[in-house]
Amino acid sequence: MKALQNLFDKLKPNFEKGGKWEKFYTLYEGHRTIAFAPDITTKAKGSQIKDAVDLKRVMITVVIAMIPALLFGIFNVGFQHFLAVGEEATLVDKVLFGAMAVLPTLIVSYAVGLLTEFTFCVIRNHPISEGFLVSGMLIALVMPPYIPVWQVALATIFAVVIGKEVFGGTGMNVLNVALTARAFLYFAYPAQISGDKVWTYLGDKAAVDGFSGATALSVAFQAGQNGEAVTSAFANHNSAIGDNLFSVANMFLGLIPGSIGETSVLMILIGAAILVGTGVGSWKIIVSGFAGTFIMGLIMNAFAVNEFMAMPAYYHLLMGGVAFGIVFMATDPVSAAQTESGKWVYGLLIGFLTVIIRVTNPAYPEGIMLAVLLMNVFAPLIDYYVVKANKKRRLQRATV
Amino acid sequence: MYFIRFEAFFKGPYSFKLNMSKLVKLKKGFDIKLVGKAEKQMEAFKPAQTFAIKPTDFVGMRRPKVLVKEGDTVKSGTPILFDKKLDKVLYAAPVSGEIVEIKRGEKRKLLEIRIMADAEVSYETFEKFSESDLKSLSKEQATEQILKGGAWPQIIQRPFGVVANPEDEPKAIFISGFDSHPLAPDYGMLLKGQEKFFQAGITVLKKLTSGTVHLNLDAESEVFPVYGGIQGAQVNKFSGPHPAGNVGVQIHHIDPINKGDLIWTVNPYGVAQIGKLFLEGILDASKLVAITGSELKKAAYVKTYVGANVSTFVDGNLKSDHVRVISGNVLTGEKIASDGYVGYYHHQITVIPEGDYEEFLGWIKPTTSKLSFSKALGIFSFMNKGEFKVDTNAHGEERPFVVSGVFEKVLPMDILPTYLFKAIISEDFDEMEELGLFEIIEEDVALCEFVDPSKNDLQEIVRNGIELLMYS
Repeated sequence: MKALQNLFDKLKPNFEKGGKWEKFYTLYEGHRTIAFAPDITTKAKGSQIKDAVDLKRVMITVVIAMIPALLFGIFNVGFQHFLAVGEEATLVDKVLFGAMAVLPTLIVSYAVGLLTEFTFCVIRNHPISEGFLVSGMLIALVMPPYIPVWQVALATIFAVVIGKEVFGGTGMNVLNVALTARAFLYFAYPAQISGDKVWTYLGDKAAVDGFSGATALSVAFQAGQNGEAVTSAFANHNSAIGDNLFSVANMFLGLIPGSIGETSVLMILIGAAILVGTGVGSWKIIVSGFAGTFIMGLIMNAFAVNEFMAMPAYYHLLMGGVAFGIVFMATDPVSAAQTESGKWVYGLLIGFLTVIIRVTNPAYPEGIMLAVLLMNVFAPLIDYYVVKANKKRRLQRATV
Repeated sequence: MYFIRFEAFFKGPYSFKLNMSKLVKLKKGFDIKLVGKAEKQMEAFKPAQTFAIKPTDFVGMRRPKVLVKEGDTVKSGTPILFDKKLDKVLYAAPVSGEIVEIKRGEKRKLLEIRIMADAEVSYETFEKFSESDLKSLSKEQATEQILKGGAWPQIIQRPFGVVANPEDEPKAIFISGFDSHPLAPDYGMLLKGQEKFFQAGITVLKKLTSGTVHLNLDAESEVFPVYGGIQGAQVNKFSGPHPAGNVGVQIHHIDPINKGDLIWTVNPYGVAQIGKLFLEGILDASKLVAITGSELKKAAYVKTYVGANVSTFVDGNLKSDHVRVISGNVLTGEKIASDGYVGYYHHQITVIPEGDYEEFLGWIKPTTSKLSFSKALGIFSFMNKGEFKVDTNAHGEERPFVVSGVFEKVLPMDILPTYLFKAIISEDFDEMEELGLFEIIEEDVALCEFVDPSKNDLQEIVRNGIELLMYS
């Protein structure tokens, strides 16, 4: 380790004021602080000791919480592929196939995102912040199993620049960075990120006869249009590749087509447990988000005018990206409500909006992305009222 | 909402005096357990030779003016300093001896007035009062004696945490009877044998306000003898982790400060000093200082005077040489040189290791030995129930606010800390007032500063905000 420290020390003069790479000091500092926790000490006045946690640890904790979903996603991409093409395959084959499809997306998202971030840090002479560690992973996990890497790159650049850096970088963004990337692709290149064709990666093989790549949500939505009960639509769906693809167990475990990281509610709950257990993610947002989805599902049941609305409310929690969105997107502390009571309202409304968008939007049956983005925009408003109430309590106290 | 009527819990002989008392149960906060608590015994360190009054200890002192020259001799209680902006308040020498140095820094900023102490302390004498005289004392007499005797700087005004203006009248006076900071001294120890003076101090302070004098005690420990049977004060009890002992937190829960309100706070040491000034007619600046911290061979109490030079307590008493000597505690204290002086309001020095080292992958390494409020990746300190040895490493670089909801967990007040900090940073005066800057000073956000993953200097931010409000 001494050798590495010496190497950094040797390079340091080049990056300091007057050195030949003076402009890139922030890159030098960024890399050194990744290798070594810095030797910064507390100031002469003020707290003389500091908590062992810093933003790097917070961020890496979130990344770790996503790893179960990522690993399962890799497996599931392979699993769905071999299911669709009707071939038997070993676990290793499935994982390898999945990795071939998923890893390019992940690598490109990190590489392009970090490059964009570094460029901004150098131009604006900011320290390199840790925020993108999480965003890079999130962007990959909300992509379909296969998507052209140039689209990933474009979306990532858009998200980092327009979603974050123009507002001042990490901690200043209004919208969740990863969802900005996904929304960009959804509106710019809808063919690659919506419809029934993109959720199972076939590679160069053909699917078995009668195969449908529709997601649970779109099957449910169609059932609503056709006046068929959702449960029976699920039972009859895709019998070409085996019955009961959309059984409750499959949806919970995640053995269904969908975006890379969103399918397995189980893996996402493991991630949620890590976030809540470490205190890094807000349990209030997670609980109220799930509650909001379920409650609005029940309300839809009560006023059901079609079969989709009459679908059992808990199906909403199992299908699509609700679990992933609530656990990993809605809890992003920067774009979420920041006050503790605001978090309840914020989570609840995300749940409500998700279901409303799902059952009423004819174009695209998934609602969580737009619900979170919409609530990102409204979060400051929620906080505004919480803060106002706090001020009011203080004023009222004076007159008592 | 935390208020519970106290009588239900307490039916002792004092209950007739405590009929207004409150028990406040606090849940938020964090007790920092460190290695190096002072043993409850006196240690015969070599006595300090020099003492210093540091104008920088008095926040809000704007134009300090020295009343003595180098070479002058002074007694304990001789005025040596005052602030031109508050010229009635005199700052007195804590010991008798010779003024050996008046130390100034850049732009002739006054840093220290150093006194070489006599072997035997002699005192300026002031008017003496008997305990029965005190009962008929007028407000004017009380104020005059405290000012003249040099004990007035013990009285701090809220909002802002500055020395009180003798021309004001506060709506109440608050005394926190315990210190919940890390390695804090035990007030039962500090005030042993001061029962008479403490009671006299309360009686005098009662003259300065038409409101109530509040004495706030730790509900979780036994009542120290010095507080037993106190008359003339409302005794409240607080339970819960640090900052339950912070007087600002206590005020918030008993009689909160609104715009235009004034509350005065006095440390129990100051109360006893004021009491003695009346009963004996002298300024007794002797005090016990807890010598604490993981890097000391011997952590114990020492009897000395206000502003003592620490070198005799530290030299030869260190386990290692790369240390930081702190006047006060690790949350709110100030780094001093190893031959520096204990701060005017401090009853404690803490010696911990300096943390100016790099640690390979230190931000990700699993550990049980690093103290943390958080349970994020690899930090298993919550499983470690023992005491921690903590150094001055900041464990990360400064970042914008990212994580939300952490400050709220360590600030047991109905205040939104993040919004308040942001209001101060953006210099929004109305917001600062409305969000409660009148209710806090640096020490109240010290835990926020400690737990902040973004490593911002929140105490400094709060002081900047207070200065903006004070001088606007």
